[in-house]
Amino acid sequence: MFAYVVRRLFIGVILLIVMSLVTFMLFFLMPQDPARVACGKNCSIAQIKQTEKALGYDKPALTQWVDFLQGVVVGREYPEDKTLREKAPELISDCAAPCLGYSRVNQVTVASEIKEAFPVSLSLAVLAFLMWIIGGVLFGVIAAVTKGTVIDRGIVALSLVFYAFPTFFIGLFLLKFIAIKWGLVDVPSYTTIAEGGIGGWLSNLFLPSLTLALFFMAGYVRMTRAFVLESMTEDYIRTARAKGLKRGPVLFKHTMRAALTPLVTMAGLDFAGLMGGAIITESVFNFNGLGKLVVDANVSYDLPTLIGLVVLLGAFVIVANIIVDVLYAVIDPRVRVA
Amino acid sequence: MTVQASNLESEHLPDPTGAPESDIAKIAGKSPTKLAMDRFRRDKLSMISFTVVAVYVLIGISAPFLVKFGVLDPTGFNKELVDPSTGGLPIGSYGGASWDHPFGVEPGTGRDVLSRLLYGVTFSLTIAISATIIAIVIGTVLGIISGFTGGWVDSIIGRAIDLTLSFPQTLMLLALSSMGVATVAKFMPGGESDNLPNGAYVVIVLGLFGWPGIARIIRGQVLSVREREFVDAAVLIGASRRRIYFKEILPNLWAPLLVTFTLTMPAYISAEAALSFLGVGIIPPTPTLGNILRSSINYSIGDFMFFFTPAFLIMVIVVSFNLLGDGIRDALDPKAAR
Repeated sequence: MFAYVVRRLFIGVILLIVMSLVTFMLFFLMPQDPARVACGKNCSIAQIKQTEKALGYDKPALTQWVDFLQGVVVGREYPEDKTLREKAPELISDCAAPCLGYSRVNQVTVASEIKEAFPVSLSLAVLAFLMWIIGGVLFGVIAAVTKGTVIDRGIVALSLVFYAFPTFFIGLFLLKFIAIKWGLVDVPSYTTIAEGGIGGWLSNLFLPSLTLALFFMAGYVRMTRAFVLESMTEDYIRTARAKGLKRGPVLFKHTMRAALTPLVTMAGLDFAGLMGGAIITESVFNFNGLGKLVVDANVSYDLPTLIGLVVLLGAFVIVANIIVDVLYAVIDPRVRVA
Repeated sequence: MTVQASNLESEHLPDPTGAPESDIAKIAGKSPTKLAMDRFRRDKLSMISFTVVAVYVLIGISAPFLVKFGVLDPTGFNKELVDPSTGGLPIGSYGGASWDHPFGVEPGTGRDVLSRLLYGVTFSLTIAISATIIAIVIGTVLGIISGFTGGWVDSIIGRAIDLTLSFPQTLMLLALSSMGVATVAKFMPGGESDNLPNGAYVVIVLGLFGWPGIARIIRGQVLSVREREFVDAAVLIGASRRRIYFKEILPNLWAPLLVTFTLTMPAYISAEAALSFLGVGIIPPTPTLGNILRSSINYSIGDFMFFFTPAFLIMVIVVSFNLLGDGIRDALDPKAAR
């Protein structure tokens, strides 16, 4: 088991390094010059060159990537240009490890931007995750138990409809009608637990989490339903019922266990993706999470922030993959050998 | 030997003991494809969703001609139909619906909503189909190579799949958009603000990030197909790799490919809408379902019709495609329990 975890971790680290390299190559090896885009359309060649030097884009992409990796491990100082650092020491800003870059647009390190935005995205992800897991499994089981009836069809159809409406439509509908026009709940704006208490935190996160949960729930309803239906025909379920166990315990202890493995996989990966910020939901509700950070960085063409975020989110997904694989190995011992 | 249902579905060998002539004719007439079609036709939900998808495709094909012949006018302004005193809301109820403009007019400009929606279907479907084709072509080729060759080629493609999946797709699409569109514009007629490069960018990036899942499915299928006798035979007579891949294996993959196609389409229709919200992709006045919905956001409370209709159209096509994909899968694989 230990060897398996170590091997997965090793592959994960390699994958992460390659991924950061590919990210750099994507941004710097495109025929389009990043300095030119950052400078604007009406820049002269001299101005572009100046921008290039100021932003450090004059170095080869590979060097920039090595600098970046070095920054992640040991930290680094900005600006990169040594002569500039000596000339104006007041400009120096230290970027401690793990340094993901320095946003010149916002004059802060990318890590501190992320630190500020991350709790918002995490809160949103956790609450949405709980909502869709509980809702998805519950409705999935109900649909499976009532297979073929109106309730079953209704649940499956409704979850599909909510999935199929564009997320931003659902979000805007909840925001503009439920919150603003009909005033059923307060207009959500993120408050931390420290500021508003658990109640305030929850009530402000309710609509955005619901938006996300409605989108993700459909997959879980269908999956739970399919697996419960499938395992209900298994022999061991019949045995359990035949030896006199009640329906409820059989359903939740025996049937659900079979559905657990694929659900864990799906849930782990979806959650990891969401931790990196729900770009659309956060934009709709104007929550300053990682997703909003991405949108803002894109508008202001803040390349260090974008690259830092891509690498960070890639790391989330890779780590989640490892956790899922290890959980898999715990649930199903056969996996360890493979 | 008695003829059983399972015999009928897999192979239709005539009964060696010599059944009556008429029976053989009846049995031989049902190929696996025909049986699948019959199963598909019996399923009401599949037929309804197939009809809806067909209607959308017909609209998509005919809308450009209708625009050309002046039946639809998606870009003409009708300033007299909107009321500047209410901030450009259409005059009349239900978004200014009338016989001339059955779905009302667009707030602000007074453009005919029906024309825009129908013409928008064309662009939304074109983007989704093109991106799906790119993803499927890459996924299929790599999946076949990976599954058939095995060994180190298989593990390299496997790692490439992991790598691609670890990139946050929406973030990449957004982050690369300014440079990406400029890059695409270099190889295509039209500047950065024209629709061809903007649309092509979305198509290319969606396709480039969409192949891994497809490659995995195809690889799994190839693993079983390559064990069949005709593949051994082809290898033995010295057929080239290309022949084995595309003439021997590929024709046996049409069933999973058809299902994959029908289930990828709705994902990309939604993706187009989501990206329009973020300002990536085709820009008005050229309509897509996504950018019509985007432009309706500011009028969501004042003109609910205009806000709801594009979202509803997206929902209907996404649900239909999903149900159609499920229906095709069930028809092709009768053992798959629903």
